[in-house]
Amino acid sequence: MSTLTPPRRSKRARRDALQGWLYASPTAIFVGFVFLLPLLLVLQMSASDWPLLAGNRGWNFPDNYVDATQHRLFWDSIWFTLKYTVVTTILLIGLGLGLALLVQESTRWKSFLRTAFLVPSALGLASASLLFYVLYSPYAGPFADLMQAWGFTFLGTPEGALWSTVFLIVWRYAGFYMLLMLVGLQSIPDEVYEAARIDGASTWQTFRTITVPLLRPTFALTIVLCVTGSLLAFEQFYILTKGGPDNSTMTIVQLIYNVAFQGQNDLGIAAALSVIVLLALVVINVFQLRAFRRTDEN
Amino acid sequence: MTAQTVPTATDVLRVAEPRRRAGRRSPAARIVFGVPYWVLTTALAIIFLYPLIWTAVSSVGPRPGTSQVDGWGFGNYVALANYQAGIWVYLGNSAFVALLTVLLTLVVSTFGGYAFARFSFPGKNLLFLTVLAILMVPYATLLIPLYVILNMVGLSNSLVGVAIVLTMFQLPFSMFMMRISFESIPRELDEAAMVDGATTFGALRRVLIPAVKPGLITVGMFAFLAAWNDFMAPLILITDTNRMTLPLAVANLRVQVQGVIDYGATEAGVVVLALPCILLFLILQRHYVRGFMSGAFKG
Repeated sequence: MSTLTPPRRSKRARRDALQGWLYASPTAIFVGFVFLLPLLLVLQMSASDWPLLAGNRGWNFPDNYVDATQHRLFWDSIWFTLKYTVVTTILLIGLGLGLALLVQESTRWKSFLRTAFLVPSALGLASASLLFYVLYSPYAGPFADLMQAWGFTFLGTPEGALWSTVFLIVWRYAGFYMLLMLVGLQSIPDEVYEAARIDGASTWQTFRTITVPLLRPTFALTIVLCVTGSLLAFEQFYILTKGGPDNSTMTIVQLIYNVAFQGQNDLGIAAALSVIVLLALVVINVFQLRAFRRTDEN
Repeated sequence: MTAQTVPTATDVLRVAEPRRRAGRRSPAARIVFGVPYWVLTTALAIIFLYPLIWTAVSSVGPRPGTSQVDGWGFGNYVALANYQAGIWVYLGNSAFVALLTVLLTLVVSTFGGYAFARFSFPGKNLLFLTVLAILMVPYATLLIPLYVILNMVGLSNSLVGVAIVLTMFQLPFSMFMMRISFESIPRELDEAAMVDGATTFGALRRVLIPAVKPGLITVGMFAFLAAWNDFMAPLILITDTNRMTLPLAVANLRVQVQGVIDYGATEAGVVVLALPCILLFLILQRHYVRGFMSGAFKG
């Protein structure tokens, strides 16, 4: 390449650029019209009077933001979403690692276990939620008779609804996090374990001083994934609880959906809520990535 | 992501290193450690498989929650088949959205991945970063303005609109996957074809596409699963009962007249929804795992 004379090179570069743009143009069109344009529109909507059916009725900034933060469920839904996020993240990361350690070696039984833990991740979240909706049902589920006899319901109380949903999510995602942990475990060189064994370290010491610290990049990835996913929880609650009982399981995305399409029918306020969530997520992600980078350097 | 090589499923699922020295334990110790291990793992396997097996079995069982109490058979499936517009309409809608999403995703990410891997053009990095930025933006946040935009361009309440939206959400994963797939093929391969007089498109079609087939399978499979299972986009974008996709139709089964919920038909619906996914997972397990590995950041 270095032997090419400058004029030929620039001609080639120009042709290269043209062809590159040609091949990238479908991507650019999608990104422009289906991603950037709606992103701009949501900003405009959040600052406009925008009823669901009547459409845009002009600017009204900052009314939507004021209305959004004064919604009677605004703080409750944020609090619930955060609680749900902390619970699912701790459980999924812990269980993911636990399952990965249980099935690490390659025996036939462990291969079977890996597949068994992974199969639920093949289901769609909506399908899995519908499956558990029947499973938790006091009329049709396998626990229906028990529920009648002992007089309890899975989804009838705020605490029950939360933990029942958490169980569904753990069932659906634990195998996925196990897989990520397995990849992390594989990236730890055998020599390190070998050295620890020669030094006479116990299994627990090896786990605490080698496995956990060397898994830090995996923990960073899985925590970011889990936190982001849980903060945006919707389908599982929409299908299992509809935010109930008594709005006790109202997540922030469910609130956006309700404001936009159920009852209130106000796209402007829903857009304002969306912008708040969007900004919060960007801040949380940047914060998390920075925190992990700092611990990585130490 | 990182430049480290992508572990294949064979690495992860089959040849995981035996790290514990089983042979070093005495027979007594092996029983002491072994029995709780077997009890624990058997219990876990049951917990993970039981919901699936129970649903599959009871979907051909008696119909709970309805006045019509028949025994074992396909009553639940008959009820599902006759629900509103009929299951064939919903299956057709779901298949249409899924296949169109797969097609669009494959075309866009093949061309895009080729452009990002082989050409340098102004704005290349900015465009790639913008694609990745889709990951940072919550799904729900974009669906509300997309609802308005699709209304404006006459794609409201349309399955094509849903497929376009779903394709956009597939782009970060599929573009990343296709870019690294093309980059892992030596440049000499397509340059040789071009020396022989092929155009860039000819080299892509005849030489590169066959070479990146594993990447295409992974991208196609993930696009199919995402589109087949998606709930939120059709929930927001589709209002017409005849244009609902299957997950939406099954979820709507619960909103029955007089508050009676057809649990049996819901079970049958879950089976119909889950079956293609589980089969695809078992057949393409290798690609499935590799897709997770390379696209793990996608979630």
